[in-house]
Amino acid sequence: MSLDTSALESESAPSSRQRLRALVGGDLGLVPVLLALVALVIYFQVRNAVFLSAANVTNLFIQAVIYVFLGMAEVWLLLLGEIDLSLGWVAGMAGSIAAIVTNVQYAWPWWAAFLVALAVSAAIGALWGLFVVRLRLPSFIVTLAGNFIVEGVLLYILDHVFQGGGAPVQEKVLSDLTNGNLTPAWTWVFVVATVMVSGVVALSRERARRRAGLVNAPLYRLVVKLAALAVFGVLLALVFNADRGSFIPIRGMPFAVPLVFGVMVLYSFILARTRFGRYLYAIGGNPEAARRAGIPVDRYRVYAFLLGGLTAGIGGLFYVSRLGGYSSSSTDSTVVLYAVAAAVIGGTSLYGGRGKMTYPVVGGIILAVIINGLVLIQVSATMEFVVTGVVLLAAVTVDSLARRSQTLLK
Amino acid sequence: MSEPVTNESVAPSVTGSAASGDPAPLLRLRAITKSFGAVQALRHVDLDIPAGQVTALIGDNGAGKSTLIKVIAGIHEPTSGEKYWLGQRVDTHTPRAAAELGIATVYQDLALCDNLDIVANMYLGYEETRRSILDEVAMEVHTRQTLADLSVSTIQSVRQLVGSLSGGQRQAIAVARAVMREAKLVIMDEPTAALGVTQTKNVLDLITTLASRGIAVLVISHNLNDVFAVADRIAVMHLGTLVSSGPAANYDTASAVELITTGTTARAA
Repeated sequence: MSLDTSALESESAPSSRQRLRALVGGDLGLVPVLLALVALVIYFQVRNAVFLSAANVTNLFIQAVIYVFLGMAEVWLLLLGEIDLSLGWVAGMAGSIAAIVTNVQYAWPWWAAFLVALAVSAAIGALWGLFVVRLRLPSFIVTLAGNFIVEGVLLYILDHVFQGGGAPVQEKVLSDLTNGNLTPAWTWVFVVATVMVSGVVALSRERARRRAGLVNAPLYRLVVKLAALAVFGVLLALVFNADRGSFIPIRGMPFAVPLVFGVMVLYSFILARTRFGRYLYAIGGNPEAARRAGIPVDRYRVYAFLLGGLTAGIGGLFYVSRLGGYSSSSTDSTVVLYAVAAAVIGGTSLYGGRGKMTYPVVGGIILAVIINGLVLIQVSATMEFVVTGVVLLAAVTVDSLARRSQTLLK
Repeated sequence: MSEPVTNESVAPSVTGSAASGDPAPLLRLRAITKSFGAVQALRHVDLDIPAGQVTALIGDNGAGKSTLIKVIAGIHEPTSGEKYWLGQRVDTHTPRAAAELGIATVYQDLALCDNLDIVANMYLGYEETRRSILDEVAMEVHTRQTLADLSVSTIQSVRQLVGSLSGGQRQAIAVARAVMREAKLVIMDEPTAALGVTQTKNVLDLITTLASRGIAVLVISHNLNDVFAVADRIAVMHLGTLVSSGPAANYDTASAVELITTGTTARAA
């Protein structure tokens, strides 16, 4: 069959259009968000030199942990165009369970407590998922109702079963989640190992593609990425290993950092390298296409809700650890909105089909930077809501524009 | 290049006219009837679809074309009648069963995910894995191979998102996906509707390429220019009945239009 080259040219002509689409269509990934983060950090550092002190940076990372976990939980759902508004209280439920059963009265081992707490949170998520797929209800409403139910049940347990005493954290592992640190030596081991493993994985993937005769992205991009990772890792290690104690020296990377990182890597792997992850993207992009391809769409929806609940449960363990306990006054009605904000600020689409697990990590850190920084420059606490709202609105606007430009340019 | 198909359209027609003497066509429908309540959408449809040929199914809106392809694709169960696949009686009442025989349908609203790249769309639901990890290298190699085999050369990179492709390119990806699944019969519903001139030509080229590879193609189209450009055989439907079918050479535009509108013609050979 002969090929008409003029025909080919006319179809490949809109390359400048495609470049524009790549620019506005969110293909830049995290770059704009990271630039915004750098700008925020510079601003707060100029206004108050305490901002980048070792003690504050560590504090900031611990603050970010809950937003990051809840944001990752929402990504499972947002990828399918769903949402779970109950995750804040689900996290509180998991944290409370862990705190209660490990306290001096029950004295469960930490791992059993964690397992039960995570099983409960995963089950709650899966329950909403079943309502959504079986009754074809919008997830927004199901989980809003769920939010009230979980809140009520948790407050009842804390107030009545435990006589308002709440659930203090009395177990070392649970407490160490946010209060324990790696030794400075292990901090370096973690950073160096992470950079080396990333490099080996990236290079072996590069070599496999070249061996199969496939086009590779230019090598300098890989080198730049790895160099950026190495520089960032070394800076973090230096900051974490500086003494930040007031009376006794405190050094080392908080346990929470490698734990969050580990969960992020695991989730990213599932999304990018397994059929399960591929199907979640497919369902988020075009549920009908996924169904025709033989993917059990409803089952995957329930899985996503389950993983959302599970991940929120993990976040709850860290949350209760940081608060030192959970009581009926630890109100959490807004934290879920920060979770959605973390995911969306990072670049996850509310329309489904676009997002990565790295996004809520960056989004959560941005939220923590804003909240922490506004306190440091002594802006009224109420302004925190306004600024967070503006940032979220900006993120949603970018998401919507990116989506519209994709359909307009077609 | 105003007439994209010349050699392919003539040669298979010869075997097509001898089809009645052949042992069995790829798919043979006999007395297919489909009723929706009181409405008879299909009445005693007999149709042979031979391998390696393009069969065009034409007819006015409501003539039963869509119902017929849904019966073939296993979406509708016929009320009565028989289906024979390579001479064997088959009952393919689910899309899965039809797909397992090798029947692939490329619908108008192409079932592709805009947010995934070409490779991911080509393999959706059938991903290659190694130790349950997606084997992206193998999938990318095979995708490029399949597109090259089908002479689809307007694609810049198989790692492009499908959302960035033109209508013709999307059609090509959907067809290539069917070919990679080793489809023996590809059903295309209005493949050139809403396409520009160049893209239409690319899709028609693709259809003849499919037939030249021994794949049976069943095309629904309203565009008689396209039909006469690619079809080896033509089947005309009118009010649920297959009123005429045979080698494309037996028809011209006037007789086809007459059959479509009235169900009969004085001109047909």
